[in-house]
Amino acid sequence: MSIFKQHKVFETNVFFLAVGILLCIIVGGLVEVVPLFSIESTIEKVQGVRPYSPLELAGRNIYIREGCYNCHSQMIRPFKDEVERYGHYSLAAESMYDHPFQWGSKRTGPDLARVGGKFTNEWQVRHLINPRDVVPGSIMPGYPHLKRSLDYGDIEAHLKALSVVGVPYTAEQITNAKKDMAEQVLSEAPDAAIAKRYPKARMGSAMGTDKVTEMDALVAYLQILGTMVDFTKVNPEAIRR
Amino acid sequence: MATIEKDAVSGQNTTGHEWDGIKELNTPLPKWWVYVFWACTVWAIGYWIAMPAWPTPNGFTKGMLNYSSRGSLDEDLKAQKQSRSAWLTKIEKASVEEIEKDKALLQYAMVGGKVIFGENCSACHGAGGSGAMGYPRLADDEWLWGGSVAEIEQTIKFGVRNANANSRQSEMLPFGTGDKLADQQVGQLADYVVSMAGKAPAKGSPGEAIFAERCVACHAEDGSGNKDLGAPALNNQLWLFKGGKDGITAQITKPKHGSMPAWSERLDASTIKMLAVYVHNLGGGK
Ligand code: HEC
Ligand code: HEC
Ligand code: HEC
Repeated sequence: MSIFKQHKVFETNVFFLAVGILLCIIVGGLVEVVPLFSIESTIEKVQGVRPYSPLELAGRNIYIREGCYNCHSQMIRPFKDEVERYGHYSLAAESMYDHPFQWGSKRTGPDLARVGGKFTNEWQVRHLINPRDVVPGSIMPGYPHLKRSLDYGDIEAHLKALSVVGVPYTAEQITNAKKDMAEQVLSEAPDAAIAKRYPKARMGSAMGTDKVTEMDALVAYLQILGTMVDFTKVNPEAIRR
Repeated sequence: MATIEKDAVSGQNTTGHEWDGIKELNTPLPKWWVYVFWACTVWAIGYWIAMPAWPTPNGFTKGMLNYSSRGSLDEDLKAQKQSRSAWLTKIEKASVEEIEKDKALLQYAMVGGKVIFGENCSACHGAGGSGAMGYPRLADDEWLWGGSVAEIEQTIKFGVRNANANSRQSEMLPFGTGDKLADQQVGQLADYVVSMAGKAPAKGSPGEAIFAERCVACHAEDGSGNKDLGAPALNNQLWLFKGGKDGITAQITKPKHGSMPAWSERLDASTIKMLAVYVHNLGGGK
């Protein structure tokens, strides 16, 4: 009689049954986990992707808190019509510092993966306060409450937490987090320290006030989306998968 | 342990298990199900061999067909470019003026321009360029920065008041060229601009004198504006911002400035040409 006919042994002995279940889970778990050890190679090696500046990071947290991902994806798939509409397809590298990523799958509104630079700050603010003010037929809700000031006392802790899960924030970036946050909104002129720590970060207040508001943070986040990698310098062969 | 035996009623074998005298039937799976199962298994193994499938320590198995979703996209795009090339190479080579003179090219640019406008521009300029507060109407013959197709191309390429080195930059100063004005003077000035917009400028009013001193450098004596400076005409009822005495007062004391991204940073040269031709033909090209 073959061993497959011996299940009575397992069915009548709690110890063997437990060992058998454990073995099954271990094998199943390994099959799912082991491939992740080679994940490094799935992230394309491209120049330009950096951790979010404290302001952008706060904006990202607001994006998540407000549930923007319920209507907007951030993932341009490698299909002809998507690339024609939204721009270069998204790379894994572009969301490697996102915890969690905002790829999403629901598109009530357009994809936002490359919305950075597409509109002006002034448009973004008006659109977020009341989308119908600029896009008459829009069904997006308004977010006028984002005009309130941003509570960012704990921003250092956010950077620190992310550095624990592998986002390469330097000690300098963490200690300067609060300062950089205010600086990015309140100084119009390009700030050398911020430009060095966070290249391409947009300076200036989106609201045109001298306060750091939630709106400033969210708009700074939207304006950096999809702009970190310069695709004119990327070799298509190198990112092919 | 009970033995496997044939059940008299159903004609099936039992599993050989017996619990308190109850025996378990071993009804086999339907044949079709088993065939489908094995067919799927064989398919899966074939798929592993043919297509990218398994992770390896330094990458993944490429599969015999060497398929790549991004590679096939690149090919799709190449094929698309090929199929459009008859038009696109002409547009690439031609200037915007030449495109407008060629009837077939013009039609192609209009259709293409319309789609691209809907995706990139209508959020600000409205569907069909109908405009909104702060975003100029493009479907009329009133232009801030010039309405020739070449000027429109320039505006789209480099945008207005943005970080691009070539963008159009000039902007209105509070109270025009000079120091702060008293509230009363601002009121007189606003009254004068209102009268000017109504095509009946109040000659000899105190507002006219202030306008001549402070505003003509950009908006011109008759209020017709200056396209080199992006100063709108004030002698008509088309307002970029609010207009009316309140709106004008607000603009004098705390000027608003329109800003538009530089589209050459996002769109290629041919696309911008199509857009320029489309906008120029919306209604009021000069
Ligand atoms: C109920 C669904 C819904 C939610 C929630 C939503 N949006 Fe939208 N969004 C839309 C729709 C629909 C549009 C397209 C119409 C428009 O431009 O307003 C849009 C457009 C946009 C655009 C312009 C994109 C483009 O390329 O034209 C931006 C930016 C945007 N949304 C940001 C946000 C942000 C930030 C949030 C969260 C604070 C958010 N949206 C929440 C539905 C939504
Ligand atoms: C973020 C909002 C925004 C978007 C998106 C936008 N524009 Fe503009 N555009 C403006 C503003 C604001 C002005 C007026 C600037 C000023 O005050 O001089 C303008 C001015 C123009 C002008 C000059 C009009 C004149 O009277 O001289 C043209 C032409 C134009 N835009 C075309 C386009 C095209 C084509 C697109 C799409 C590729 C586009 N715009 C997208 C905001 C926008
Ligand atoms: C340095 C040039 C300059 C001077 C001087 C100037 N303006 Fe302007 N004006 C502009 C520009 C440019 C705009 C478009 C808004 C902007 O700055 O983006 C404008 C816009 C306006 C508008 C809004 C028009 C609309 O369509 O909504 C009004 C009203 C106006 N100016 C009135 C005045 C008055 C009154 C004075 C004199 C006190 C004056 N301007 C002086 C350049 C100037």
